[in-house]
Amino acid sequence: MGYALNFNLIWRHFDKLWGGLLLSLELAVISIAIGIVIGLVLAVWYVSAGRMVRGIIAAYVEFIRNVPLILLVYLVFYGLPTVADLAYSAQTSFIATLSLYSGAYLVEVFRSGLEAVPRGQMDAGRAIGLTPWQRLLHVRLPTMLRITLPALSNTFISLFKDTSIASVISVPELTYGAQWINFNTFRIVEVYLVTTAMYLFTGYIMLFSLRLLERRFRAAR
Amino acid sequence: MLGQIIYALPFLAEGFALTLWVSFLVVLFSLMAGVILGVGLVYGPVPLRWAVRIFSDTIRGIPILVLIFFVYYGLPAIGLHLPSFWAAVTALTLFKTAQVVEYLRGAVGSIPRGQTEAAMAIGLTFRQQLTSVIFPQAFRRFLPPWINGVTDAVKGSALVSLLGITDLMQAINQVIGRTYEAMPLYILGALIYFAVNYTLSLASRRLERRFTFIRE
Repeated sequence: MGYALNFNLIWRHFDKLWGGLLLSLELAVISIAIGIVIGLVLAVWYVSAGRMVRGIIAAYVEFIRNVPLILLVYLVFYGLPTVADLAYSAQTSFIATLSLYSGAYLVEVFRSGLEAVPRGQMDAGRAIGLTPWQRLLHVRLPTMLRITLPALSNTFISLFKDTSIASVISVPELTYGAQWINFNTFRIVEVYLVTTAMYLFTGYIMLFSLRLLERRFRAAR
Repeated sequence: MLGQIIYALPFLAEGFALTLWVSFLVVLFSLMAGVILGVGLVYGPVPLRWAVRIFSDTIRGIPILVLIFFVYYGLPAIGLHLPSFWAAVTALTLFKTAQVVEYLRGAVGSIPRGQTEAAMAIGLTFRQQLTSVIFPQAFRRFLPPWINGVTDAVKGSALVSLLGITDLMQAINQVIGRTYEAMPLYILGALIYFAVNYTLSLASRRLERRFTFIRE
């Protein structure tokens, strides 16, 4: 023992953590927004596609879900530019990776959501003369979104935690800020206590607000 | 290019063995700790329930990476000097334990109350109730998500590379550092992780399907 807690240096460099937290949130929000688009498009495509397309979408989903995120981050940031004529910042690279990553998880979420929409609703849509496109847009997707909202918020919160991986390619998010303070002040325990509290606090605020939102939009079954 | 990769294969295999070893230890320790804490959460006295609930909700709310750094850099500060390997295993085990607690709670919670009441009515002791009535039934609810969760342990083990431990991830990075063949090696690494984890997810799915016909 004999370790005296001293938070002074943490507060002096708190802007590193605060700015990091904001960036973490930004990364998570942008990635899930792109991920939702990927997930929706592929899920809708999947349920109406033939064997080949289904196989390709399933391959994408299974590949992403079964490989460590850190490896995907390295692959996109260090690997891809060596074989393709691409140049991007670490931040862009991470957003691309996390979007593809969340997209893969959300395809599954949306696909099972689409299957959970009661058949009767589609039949009712057909009965009142909606075109297939209208049935999808006005009947199937809104109901599906209500059904999948809980899974969607869980995905978002876990993405927020996954943004910590961005620190390995020096994106200055919260974990990177913590490491910076750790290496520059050696107030190790303090900085990780504060960082942990920040992740927990933000995560639980998100969780509670999303649960409120879910209650508001709960699917009537 | 191919020659360099073939030359590096034994080194990568060593890293892979370490990845499996870390994953195995984490899965083993977390299973033991998770089942004990899980039983505490479901059947324990209120203070214990609270303690386990707080432990689980806290651990699951922190990114694994932060947990690993916290344990690795933080423990020496309070006088505990663990080699980086054991610090990593400890952190990953903490994380996985919280998951196992939740699997167990879900599985035991899915057993109808009547089963416990019947077990009490025929005079089984608490231990007998668990081992002869509850656990055999809860097992098939526990097993599929747990096996699927093993993939999280394998994927999470890639983070130990950040503590300088030469697991598969770190071995790949080191080979890339020498050969500059980034893309082929990352793809090779991804395929190895994929092979392990996909097998586990398939097993989990198959078991789940196999268990669904059993009526509750």
